[in-house]
Amino acid sequence: MISEADEATHDDGHGHVEVDATVLPDELIASASVASDDVAEYALWLGDDSLVLSQRLGAWIARAPELEEDVALGNIALDLIGHARSLLHYAGSASGKSEDDLAYWRDEPEWRSLQIVEQPNGDFAHTIARQFIVSHFLFELYTRLRDSTDATLAAVADKAAKEVDYHRDHSVQWVLRLALGTDESRRRMITAFSDMWPYVDEMFRDEPLLDRLEGVAVRPSSLRAVFDGAIAPVFTEADLEEPRGFIASGGGRRGVHSEHLGLLLAEMQVLTRAHPGAKW
Amino acid sequence: MVTSPTPASMARPRPVDAESLRAWLVAATVVDPEIPVLTIEDLGVLRSVNVTPTGVDVALTPTYSGCPALDAMRDDVHAVLTSAGYTNVTVRLELSPAWTTDWMSEEGKRKLTEYGIAAPTGHAAARPSGPAGPVRLQLAVKCPRCNSLNTRELAHFGSTSCKSLYECKACLEPFDYFKVL
Repeated sequence: MISEADEATHDDGHGHVEVDATVLPDELIASASVASDDVAEYALWLGDDSLVLSQRLGAWIARAPELEEDVALGNIALDLIGHARSLLHYAGSASGKSEDDLAYWRDEPEWRSLQIVEQPNGDFAHTIARQFIVSHFLFELYTRLRDSTDATLAAVADKAAKEVDYHRDHSVQWVLRLALGTDESRRRMITAFSDMWPYVDEMFRDEPLLDRLEGVAVRPSSLRAVFDGAIAPVFTEADLEEPRGFIASGGGRRGVHSEHLGLLLAEMQVLTRAHPGAKW
Repeated sequence: MVTSPTPASMARPRPVDAESLRAWLVAATVVDPEIPVLTIEDLGVLRSVNVTPTGVDVALTPTYSGCPALDAMRDDVHAVLTSAGYTNVTVRLELSPAWTTDWMSEEGKRKLTEYGIAAPTGHAAARPSGPAGPVRLQLAVKCPRCNSLNTRELAHFGSTSCKSLYECKACLEPFDYFKVL
């Protein structure tokens, strides 16, 4: 941790500048708006999706099949962290909590993320299957959330939609490459989709909260047809069939999670909880 | 649809009153820590500067939502205005309207290319969107070293969020491309 005194006269490489004694907030976050309780809950849902998926992707850094993928998955995770920060900051505005309070000090039943984002990374094909599904879902969601009557959500969505479009493209390229690659890569891609597909249904379920957020939130059920329409040509080109089988019971929006989330949170939260208030 | 160039007033909304403009020109000297040849004005990241009787209010917009350079730019804007004699400087983050590479100045694009990073090709509106077709139209990216158009993308995602990694098939050098957003 750098003390205030050390920062007072630092050489920043762009010339000598003096930082006065004013204490700056640690990080710069958008929106001074305060969300209502219902809007805060909705922002929490979307923020949790992004944060959990980001944490999952971050685990690939230094372990991806090739260096370029380390960089790609790291960049996608960074975009998702950006979305999560704006959304959790806004979610916390209703209750006076910071984004870090929400990220590090909630236990598993208090998380509102979809179950698909907590699914383990598995092999690279599983990560790509999960990313393909979630990126397509988020792209359709954010392109519509741009028209939200809530200005903060609309602004976050406007920015996020453009970024998620790149994530979607990245996963499409990999689905094609793996499905049309070797027998082994194809076998793995098919297995990965069949393992992830049970969690697709939950993404499109309308929860009671949405009845109170007409014009503010996007009804997930309204996205199913466009989602199916967007993935169909990729599946056709990749010579894949939509998996059939059981549908997971879901419940992420109510705090019901698979055993995987607890382990993910333990790793993500342990440092903060062991050293409350610690700073870099 | 015909896309017209983004008006300069949108990309670089310089204040009209003289006092605020003076502070804008000070803030506009801050550079991107990752690409130090570009100022935050070249990038279109500087959104507003207002000098009021109580202080200075500055708004920045991020290039990408998770861009870690933003906190450094915020600190630099604060520092440069403070050392120019301004007090009570506030730097805010503004997400809307969302930043686009269309806001990058021609001067900025030239400096970027000289620095060895290929500048964004074409306008954001021309970027294929909508349903993810497996084959996407991609305008040729020119090698910043030898100007060849015979280049290929090695990876969508490069050393920072805003760039992708390319390779020139003529001079065989890899290079960064500032991708259209």
